[in-house]
Amino acid sequence: MNIFETFKLAFKSIIANRLRSSLTILGIVIGVTSVILLVALVSGLKSFITAQISSFGANVMYVIPGRIGGGRGPGGSQANRLTFQDANNLRVALGGDAEVSASIQRTSTLKYQNKTDRDVTIAGVEATYFKIISALKIDKGRFFTFSEANSGKRVVVIGPTVVKNLFGGRDPIGEYISVGNLKYQVIGVVQPRGANFGIDLDNVGAISVVAAQRQFGEDRVQNILISAKTPELIKSVQSEAVKTLKKRLTEDDFTVQTQEQTLSTISQITGVLTAALGGIAAISLIVGGIGIMNIMLVSVTERTREIGLRKALGAKPKDIRLQFLIEAVTLSALGGIIGIILGIAFSLLVNIFFQTTITWWSIALSFGFSVLVGVVFGVAPALRASKMNPIQALRYE
Amino acid sequence: MFKEAREGASVATLVKLHKVNKIFKTDTLSFHALIDINLEIKKGEFIGIVGPSGSGKSTLMNILGLLDNPTSGTYTLDGQDVSRLGEETLASLRNKKIGFIFQNFNLLGRTSALENVQLPLIYSGVSKEERDLRAVEILQSVGLGDKLQSRPNQLSGGQQQRVAVARALITNPEILLADEPTGNLDSKTGADIINLFKTLNKKGKTIILITHEASIAKNANRVITIKDGKVGR
Repeated sequence: MNIFETFKLAFKSIIANRLRSSLTILGIVIGVTSVILLVALVSGLKSFITAQISSFGANVMYVIPGRIGGGRGPGGSQANRLTFQDANNLRVALGGDAEVSASIQRTSTLKYQNKTDRDVTIAGVEATYFKIISALKIDKGRFFTFSEANSGKRVVVIGPTVVKNLFGGRDPIGEYISVGNLKYQVIGVVQPRGANFGIDLDNVGAISVVAAQRQFGEDRVQNILISAKTPELIKSVQSEAVKTLKKRLTEDDFTVQTQEQTLSTISQITGVLTAALGGIAAISLIVGGIGIMNIMLVSVTERTREIGLRKALGAKPKDIRLQFLIEAVTLSALGGIIGIILGIAFSLLVNIFFQTTITWWSIALSFGFSVLVGVVFGVAPALRASKMNPIQALRYE
Repeated sequence: MFKEAREGASVATLVKLHKVNKIFKTDTLSFHALIDINLEIKKGEFIGIVGPSGSGKSTLMNILGLLDNPTSGTYTLDGQDVSRLGEETLASLRNKKIGFIFQNFNLLGRTSALENVQLPLIYSGVSKEERDLRAVEILQSVGLGDKLQSRPNQLSGGQQQRVAVARALITNPEILLADEPTGNLDSKTGADIINLFKTLNKKGKTIILITHEASIAKNANRVITIKDGKVGR
């Protein structure tokens, strides 16, 4: 009996028991669907974060408080010791090789006349910030100047969402808005950057770091951005920055992380996320496999007479074994195919709200795994069927 | 004695059982189902094996049909000693040499007459085209040429048994082994099936008919009675 005939036979038997077959493969369908969807979500998250970081420019590095890869995690229990002074020291030490900007980020409520815009990301930055973050482009007005920044003059550059929420599309340049209870003059609007993962990148306001420290009663800075002038300078700028910061701080107080290192950290995190979520989804594949085994065992018992008859007519044990094994594999593969279709469909649907990236390897892996599950859990029922004594099987009622 | 031997040579011996015993053993019990059975069936014979239930005729049928091995003694089928063969070899010999007909037809449900009849050929590796051709031909010969696509539940008992006969014949086996073939049929359709056997036998087919009804068995050319595991007179 050849394989093609056996597959045809398996399909006939699956179609003959439509309802039972579809319930049986449900576990596999859910498993494959969730593997594909979850992996697509994590991959989407990864490519979103990567794109965001890359939009800052490949030459950018961050000075962040605490030590990454040391005993404590970043920003662990240790107090933040980075100050505006560190940024100035770096500026002096790095000279023409790099741009430096200290940065503070807070969330605040903006007001203009009777209009309110809540949960606005307020970035306290230096004038150099707009050179470092290449993705930030001015739409109307201008960025603030060095003297405005250093004197802590209360001027603000806002994003398009703020313009929409507070001014309803009117020209905001020159108007005064409240950040908390202090008034700031709007001097510029940046171009839209869009939204992702529910974060509106355009609901932002940039003020000077000096003003931000006063505004929020903060004497530290959250991080310091450094942008090397050329890619070749990244390594030397990084080591020079570490040397400079060590004059005032210990090596546990800060980390200078390049884009490349940040991306590899994100890669690690999303890798763990993928494995964890994919693993959980894979458990449902195994549960699905047990379901298939259960149904196949029932089916073997139900078809005892058929097995007896086939044996009497000349089926060898291996023919019977193959028949039931292929039936199990066909069931699980069918579940896998439906799961792939649903997984892709759901990923595309979710993509409307969150970025998802469908990966071919998650499709191949989950399909392969579901077929494997069919083989593994199909063996026991197939062996039971092939070992049946034809005389007793024929007599079975 | 010489004369007999010469006669034997003129018509080939198909089945020869010599001192065949079958003993079923469990942990505590042992049951002697067949005791020193000696039996010879020649090609083209129509044999009836008759006996009450529990007489051992089913055990004899299982051995004759290569579904079971004898505990001792030899079974020679078409010149080949088949008494100690393994499961795989028995399966392929069954496929080629034996055509089974059962009391309850044993057709596959949800499967057309055409496909039911082809089943033995699938296991001997015959191509789909040739299978179809042979199945159509054989179904026509048993008078079911218009029921090719009918499923068992769309056929009468007599028609179902004809499908089963067609299935038994399709490999052109040496022996047609029928186990109570009329047991589930009314007397008229039962008689039809027996007449079909007679026609097949006239064309040269060897038929072994196992039954507990003497009235059915008497249709055979020769009747062997089994009682308490022994061949009676």
